Amino acid sequence: MKPADVMLFAWGALQGFRTRTLLMMLAMAIGVAAVVVLTALGEGARRYVVGQFSSLGTNLVIVFPGRTETAGLGPGMLSGQTPRDMTLDDALALTRSRAVRRVAPLSVGSALVSVQRRNREVPVLGSTSDLLEIRHMKLAQGRFLPPGDPHMPQPVCVLGAKVSHELFGSQAAVGEWVRIGDRRFRVVGVLASQGESLGFNTDELVMVPVVSAQMLFNRASLLRILVEAHSRADIARAKQDVLDIMQQRHEGEKDVTVITQDAVLATFDRILRALTLAVGGIGAISLGVAGILIMNVMLIAVAQRTREIGVLKAIGAAPGQIRMLFFAEATLLSLVGATAGLVLGEIGVYAIGRAYPVLPVAAPWWAVVAALGTAIVTGILFSVLPARRAARLDPVLALSGR
Amino acid sequence: MIELEQICRVFKVGDQAVHALADVGLAVARGEYLSIMGPSGSGKSTLLNIVGLLDRPSSGTYRLDGRDVTGLSDQEQARVRREKIGFVFQSFHLVPRLSAAENIELPMVLAGIPPVERKARSERLLRDFGLLDRARHRPEELSGGQRQRVAIARATVMQPGVLLADEPTGNLDRATGKEVLHLLEELNQRDMTLIVVTHDPEIGQRAARQLHMVDGRIESDTRRAEPA
Repeated sequence: MKPADVMLFAWGALQGFRTRTLLMMLAMAIGVAAVVVLTALGEGARRYVVGQFSSLGTNLVIVFPGRTETAGLGPGMLSGQTPRDMTLDDALALTRSRAVRRVAPLSVGSALVSVQRRNREVPVLGSTSDLLEIRHMKLAQGRFLPPGDPHMPQPVCVLGAKVSHELFGSQAAVGEWVRIGDRRFRVVGVLASQGESLGFNTDELVMVPVVSAQMLFNRASLLRILVEAHSRADIARAKQDVLDIMQQRHEGEKDVTVITQDAVLATFDRILRALTLAVGGIGAISLGVAGILIMNVMLIAVAQRTREIGVLKAIGAAPGQIRMLFFAEATLLSLVGATAGLVLGEIGVYAIGRAYPVLPVAAPWWAVVAALGTAIVTGILFSVLPARRAARLDPVLALSGR
Repeated sequence: MIELEQICRVFKVGDQAVHALADVGLAVARGEYLSIMGPSGSGKSTLLNIVGLLDRPSSGTYRLDGRDVTGLSDQEQARVRREKIGFVFQSFHLVPRLSAAENIELPMVLAGIPPVERKARSERLLRDFGLLDRARHRPEELSGGQRQRVAIARATVMQPGVLLADEPTGNLDRATGKEVLHLLEELNQRDMTLIVVTHDPEIGQRAARQLHMVDGRIESDTRRAEPA
């Protein structure tokens, strides 16, 4: 029997029982679509997070005060002291490393910002002119914080897009004076709206020179230092240099924590990939259910078509051929069902993408391959039993319909 | 050439053994026209099924064209059935979703004959049997006589040496039944061995050789001196 004939016969049999065929295909299709949509969501979440991290800047090394390691007992811990503060000079010293391209110290606090009678309580970020490049921020109007000696306090500030809108409405903010806390600052620039990245919404910030911020909040310490390495390859060296320099400056005390954007990214990447796999697995369970359904329906088909099987045997079909026919039927079913599911799933993914443009949903290729593979394999696997039962039917009994 | 020696077929019904065939011996030469008659339960259908390799005897030997086919595997028996034996049933047993032409082509599909030749052969048979205008019709759209003719075409499309008919006119009225019988007899005259199982003496007596079965045994085996 030629393969083409087997397929044709199986196709004919499927068309002969349309409702049954459609129901089974639907089960298969839903299973595959579930896998596609679920993994697309997981993958979308992963890409979203990765994207967020990347928008933070490239080749970033972030320095925190304090050790996160809990091993051992430092002298500061007993006295209840926080570790040594990071200062502006610490930050500037980091530029000595040849792996480091730029450094931006960060000092953060909250202050009342007012223009005439409008007041807003907003986060105030103290930094230097390099922050613009490091964080990949864009200006809508004016300039960023002026370069020059970071130790010099200057009464200038840059407003986030939303803050500018709230304080000045549609009027131009550049050149105006605002009061931040108890000091007056002149607005030199307004940031372009960028939205949130990792909980830090630059739209709702006001930026001032780092020394001004320290004076505002009466605090000499830095919240963190952002360091940009020259290249991806330099990240590891930059991290080591930062640790060395800080240790040197802090009398041999290792009291800062350095994380690289890469490491954080990789961790998130791993976690979210695992999540995607997990939801994909849940989807795959529905494929297993579809497989069992196929087995059920194929068993019913064998019972329904006992007479036909008898006829086939009487006109000379070998057991192997009967088996093949039922096999082909199940394979075709799962193949068509899986393809329909794929289309259905992609439509679903497209719809989600349209509904939530922020989420970059897309089913990863391996999930698509796995879904199709699982569908077809379960379809075939679960048709083994029915096909064997059909092949073993006694022709005389089968012909009499018993 | 069919040779049966000491064929027994025992069915188990509950804990009772029923001897459907008891020690049957039979030799049928090529081209013979044989009818098997007898009351229901006399074993005539069982005998036909064993000759057609649909059923296996509990004991005894069956040789077809000089070859012992008793112990062949299912696979090999299917092949013998495909190439040497044609079956015609009382209730036609056409595949309902296939057209007349497709039903006729089915044995050739199973044998792996290329589509072009399949089409040529099925068309020739359709023309011979006066079914050419019915080729695309499905069984449910055909009359009983037409259905049985399609079934006969399907049984003979592989040009088997033996044609087995189990009550071929049982579901037909007298006139169509006669037509069908004429068709079978015509095929017999082209040197195809024809064995017809029937309970109708009028049909049975048309055959040149007549077997009467009772309780799983051949009671009488008579030949007409002059073939019809």
